[in-house]
Amino acid sequence: MAKAKITFEDIEQTVNVPAGTRVIEVSEKIGAGIIYGCREGDCGTCMMHVTEGWNNLTEPSVLEEKVLKENMAGRHDRLACQAQIIGDCKVKPA
Amino acid sequence: MKGNIDVSAHRRAVEFADGVYWVGALDPTLRNFDIILTTANGTTYNSYLVKGSEGVAVIDTVKENFSDEFFARLESEVDYSDIKVIVLNHLEPDHSGALPELMRRAPQAQLYISQRATSMLKALLHAEEGLQYTTVKTGDSVSLGDRTLSFLHTPFLHWPDTQCTFVEEEGVLFSGDVFGCHYCDKRLFNDLVGDFRFSFDYYYAHIMRPFKKHVMDALKLIEPLQLRQIAPTHGPILRERPRRYVTHYRELSTSSLSRGIGDDDQSMIIFYMSSYGNTARMAEAISEGGSTVEGVRVSLYDLQGGETDPFVDLIEEADALLVGSPTINGDAVKPGWDLLSSLAVVNLKGKLGAAFGSFGWSGEAVRMIEDRMRGLKMHIPRQGVRVKLIPTEEELEECRSFGREIAEVLVGKSQTKEVIDFADLV
Repeated sequence: MAKAKITFEDIEQTVNVPAGTRVIEVSEKIGAGIIYGCREGDCGTCMMHVTEGWNNLTEPSVLEEKVLKENMAGRHDRLACQAQIIGDCKVKPA
Repeated sequence: MKGNIDVSAHRRAVEFADGVYWVGALDPTLRNFDIILTTANGTTYNSYLVKGSEGVAVIDTVKENFSDEFFARLESEVDYSDIKVIVLNHLEPDHSGALPELMRRAPQAQLYISQRATSMLKALLHAEEGLQYTTVKTGDSVSLGDRTLSFLHTPFLHWPDTQCTFVEEEGVLFSGDVFGCHYCDKRLFNDLVGDFRFSFDYYYAHIMRPFKKHVMDALKLIEPLQLRQIAPTHGPILRERPRRYVTHYRELSTSSLSRGIGDDDQSMIIFYMSSYGNTARMAEAISEGGSTVEGVRVSLYDLQGGETDPFVDLIEEADALLVGSPTINGDAVKPGWDLLSSLAVVNLKGKLGAAFGSFGWSGEAVRMIEDRMRGLKMHIPRQGVRVKLIPTEEELEECRSFGREIAEVLVGKSQTKEVIDFADLV
C-alpha cells in the first residue's frame, strides 16, 4: 500500500500513514493540537493550515469548499476531518 | 428625561432617536430561557425601525409567537411597502421568528446578514431556492437616504453569525445580544426601569463569558464609535450613559482572578477524587513531576473539598487541566462529571487536558474523561495513566514522568520525536 508522511508542526511529529488516511485519524492519536467539533465537515472547528504539500491532500469537496468559505479560510486552509493524505505534507492548527 | 412610559399599555412603535423606533415585544411570564438561563421577570424581544428619507429598515424581529405584537407596533408607524431593508444581526429563533412572515409581507425588502449566517438562514427558513439576501461585513453600509446603516463584524457573540449595526447620524448601535439581558420592564429605558444590574451580569456570565476573546475583538470596533444609545435585542435600551456598559463589558471580559504568578508561568491544575487514596497518590506524583519543570506552577485539589463555581473560575484561567478519577461501576465518579458538565460557560479550546486514575478491574474512567475533554475542544497531548488498585513505586514514577511531560508540552519543551508509523499508534 502506498505510504505518505504527514508532519504536525505544532508538536514536531511526523507519522508514516497509508495513503488515503484522513488527517483526523492521525492527529488525535498522536495528540496534535488540531481541535475537532462536529467531525463531519460542517462546523469548521478543525480548520488547519497546510504549510507544505498542499497538493498532497485530496481535493476539497463542494461541501468543504462551502464551509471553508463561510469560515473565511485562508488559501491553504483545510478541514482536518475531511482532508485525506495522499502524499507528504505538513500541517498545523489554523 | 424621565417620563411615564408604559409600553405594555399600547401596541405602538416607540421613538427613541430621530426616526429610530422600538417595535419589540414583552414576554413578562417567561421563567426559563434556552434551558440554561432563569428569567425572574421575563424578557423582551427588541426589534427596531429606522426611517430614512429613502426607505425604512427593520432591525431584527421577535420570537414567532410574539409576532402579533411586533407587527402591530410596526404597522403603527410604517407601511410594509416602505420597508427597503431588513437586517438580522443574529439568527437565533427569538430574533428570526417573525422573519418569514415579514419577508412575505414586505417582499421587496432586501435582507442583510453576516456571511456566517447564511447556512443558519437556510436551516431556519428551509427555502433553499429563491432565498434573496446580501452578506455584509465591517466597512459595509447601506443607505436609507438621510440615514446610513453601517455593519460591524462581531462573530461569536454568542453565535458564529452575530454582527452589530450602527446608525451613524443618530449614534445608535443595534448590538444584537451584546449588552442585552433578560429583564422585562414596560418602562423600556435604562434610566427608568428597575435595578437590572444583576440580570445584565448574569446574562453576560452565561451567554458571553465563553467568548471573552471575541468580546474583546468586538469592543475594538465598538469603542471608537460616537455612541449615543445602545439598542440590544433583549432588556432595556441603554440611552443614559451607554458607554458605561461598554466599559463594564471590558471589565467582565478581563480575568476575574488575579493569579498572583508571573505572566510567563503556565498554570497546571490537577483535580482528583479518590476513595481509597490510590488516585490521590497518583495525583501527588503527577504534581511532583509537573513541578520539576521550570515555568510551570502546579495546583493540586481534591475535587470533593470544594464547590464547582470557584473551580470553574480557576479552570478558566488555567493552561492545563488534569482530572483524576477512580472507576466505579464502569464510570468516572459523579463529582468529576459535575465539574466537567459545568465548563460550557468558559472557553477551553486548545488548552491542555489529561486524565488519570486507579481502578479495580476495568478502568474506563480515564478514557471517558479524555473523550469529554476532547468534546470541550481541549488538546490531549498524552494518553492518560491508569493504575490497577494500589500504585507501585514504578507506577508512581510513571505518574511523575506523565506530569513532567504534560508540563513540558505547556512550556514548549516537548522533544522532537522520530518518525512513527501509523500502525504503531494505539
